Amino acid sequence: MSETIHEHPGTVTHGAAHDDHHHGHHEQSFITKYIFSQDHKTIGKQFLITGIIWAIVGGLFSVLFRLQLGFPGQSFPILETFFGHWAKGGTIQPEFYYALVTMHGTVLVFFVLTAGLSGTFANLLIPLQVGARDMASPFMNMLSYWFFFMASMVMIASLFIHTGPASGGWTVYPPLSALGQASSGSKLGMDLWIVAMALFVVSSLLGGLNYIATILNMRTKGMSMTRLPLTIWSLFFTAVLGVLSFPVLFSGLLLLLFDRNLGTSFYLSDIYVAGEILPNEGGSAILFQHLFWFLGHPEVYIILLPAMGMVSEILSVNSRKPIFGYMAMLGSLFAIAILAFLVWAHHMFVTGLNPFLGSVFVLLTLLIAVPSAIKVFNWLTTLWRGNIRLFPSTLFAIGFVSLFISGGLTGIFLGNSTIDIHLHDTMFVVAHFHIVMGVASMFGMFAGVYH
Amino acid sequence: MATTATTHQTKWWSGGKSPFNLEYGKLMMWYFLMSDAFTFGAFLISYGTIRFSQNFWPDPNVVFNAFPGAGHANLPLAFVSVMTFILIISSVTMVLGVHAGHKGDKKGVIKWLAWTIVGGLAFLGCQAWEWHHLITGEHAALIDGQIQMVGQTTTVNPWGQLVDPALVSEGLKKSSIETLATIVHEHDHSHALKELMGMTKESLVGMVNVAEMHVREKGPVAFGGYFYGITGFHGFHVFSGVLINIVMLIMTQKGVFEKKGHYLMIEKAGLYWHFVDLVWVVVFLCFYLI
Repeated sequence: MSETIHEHPGTVTHGAAHDDHHHGHHEQSFITKYIFSQDHKTIGKQFLITGIIWAIVGGLFSVLFRLQLGFPGQSFPILETFFGHWAKGGTIQPEFYYALVTMHGTVLVFFVLTAGLSGTFANLLIPLQVGARDMASPFMNMLSYWFFFMASMVMIASLFIHTGPASGGWTVYPPLSALGQASSGSKLGMDLWIVAMALFVVSSLLGGLNYIATILNMRTKGMSMTRLPLTIWSLFFTAVLGVLSFPVLFSGLLLLLFDRNLGTSFYLSDIYVAGEILPNEGGSAILFQHLFWFLGHPEVYIILLPAMGMVSEILSVNSRKPIFGYMAMLGSLFAIAILAFLVWAHHMFVTGLNPFLGSVFVLLTLLIAVPSAIKVFNWLTTLWRGNIRLFPSTLFAIGFVSLFISGGLTGIFLGNSTIDIHLHDTMFVVAHFHIVMGVASMFGMFAGVYH
Repeated sequence: MATTATTHQTKWWSGGKSPFNLEYGKLMMWYFLMSDAFTFGAFLISYGTIRFSQNFWPDPNVVFNAFPGAGHANLPLAFVSVMTFILIISSVTMVLGVHAGHKGDKKGVIKWLAWTIVGGLAFLGCQAWEWHHLITGEHAALIDGQIQMVGQTTTVNPWGQLVDPALVSEGLKKSSIETLATIVHEHDHSHALKELMGMTKESLVGMVNVAEMHVREKGPVAFGGYFYGITGFHGFHVFSGVLINIVMLIMTQKGVFEKKGHYLMIEKAGLYWHFVDLVWVVVFLCFYLI
């Protein structure tokens, strides 16, 4: 990639010529056109490509730890060739296993399904579908990608350090994540994890502000809010959720970083490590869980909503019918966005939460079933008696609806604190969120890409 | 709703114009501030959670009672009031700057921006002094049965409950010569510190006036973490605000806004500055007043 390649005005280059419609009249170097591009379509593709790379990496992690799950303790000599002491004798070591699971979660949740999904489609679709020339601030848009890129680089770097990457789970609960002596993954890898996530928050903030401002301010004449495609509405709510919930994670992580490096006691109290009493007192590990899940729950909707929006549109197009109940769909998106902020403690039923408070969160959690069901029925009625064309995108969209139904039904069990207390930390939970937000959103992403 | 608006009302939401009649950058600034409010909100709520889970919390009137150049005089909250006053005045000068921008008065903008920057720097300077004073301050605290002279850091807090004089006398006997010499030197300047260091422990203990000492137990460690964490994070905001204002000042001087025909950028910087002020008022309330 040399800097000397210059685009000549009007030159048609292969592949990307189509993207370059309204930029053809001024000269752009390779660098400004493809790398530090301010064009929303190029940025969308940058997000998509980075997301795909991360998806492959994150997928490989899961293949590796599934080897251990499927054949516990068995030796695969080739693993030692690649991973050295992490897979001594070809067996995946416990630390390695934890690191794989942690990084699989982090990568898939944040780097693939947040940045890869809403980064790609918000950039690509918002200006096109609201009738704007580009994003409100193309420069901030570019920064958003490059902060994401830096976050990716730091996270990748953490995979190659001697003590390994963070391995306390993608939720990085203290005290495991707050104390370097707790495990090898809690050493430098954890610091890098926090730095990468801080950069990621900056990226998502820059992107989110841009999406909101573009959708509100840059709509073309006649594009009233109730005429906006549902995809745009869903991206709008996604951006609002991101802008309001990521800063809370940022605060939580900053305090965690202080606990790790400055000897503060925000999350630490009464701790013994290897028989040694730590001086930290007065903190609360549960506090971190509250801060984390205040982001963590909206985060699953940040992942899910764009997929929902795209599926609505794809089903409507490919069954040759307008979407059934536009206003109901819009209302349920809105309801989900509001409820997303009010249910975080359903991840914390076993933390000794006041049972009365728990029951309030049960109620709010189960309320989400109402807008979700409205959406499912509207998707089904959009398909009903439609002239359905079974393109790959249609199939993935229908697959999304199917997964969302099974995932949603398991959610009803988990939303009840009485049942959740028994199901907590079982594969039932893992299956639930993988179906409802993981694979379903992946299907939404595939559907969007094929569409 | 846009659809019910009559013909001579502007249809704000029907596209083609900004629904809030705002330029996009200002809109973004508002959303950014909302987001930032959540960041500070998370910090302050964490602080509240931890603070009210403790049995004891230091009294701000005791912790923040120093004033530069006033020695050991007890002036509770005097210095922080000055700091707050400076910051609020800098908000006023910012408003005047924005106002001058509306009138297209380049000289006025430069003058008021410069004063705002001065205000911001003065605030940061005050904060630096306050932190320095707290960290290097020497306060008698009863730690592990002996008296130690410690400052307020992220790991030690000398502002616990007052210790019973009987225990103080016990503690003094176990304390180190350095500590005893420092304690004596604080109230009695007739001997040099070096001279005191050379004395025996017994004679030093005899010279300490237990009734005048305010020995406290160790206070909650979380106090330091939250105080430095949150005021530091706010100070970082003030710092970036000062940087933004300096950039604005340079751009104004170069006539960038004159060419553009408007001073909208100054207005956005102003929004940020007022937000930082507002946050300080809340921080002031949470750490100094309550």
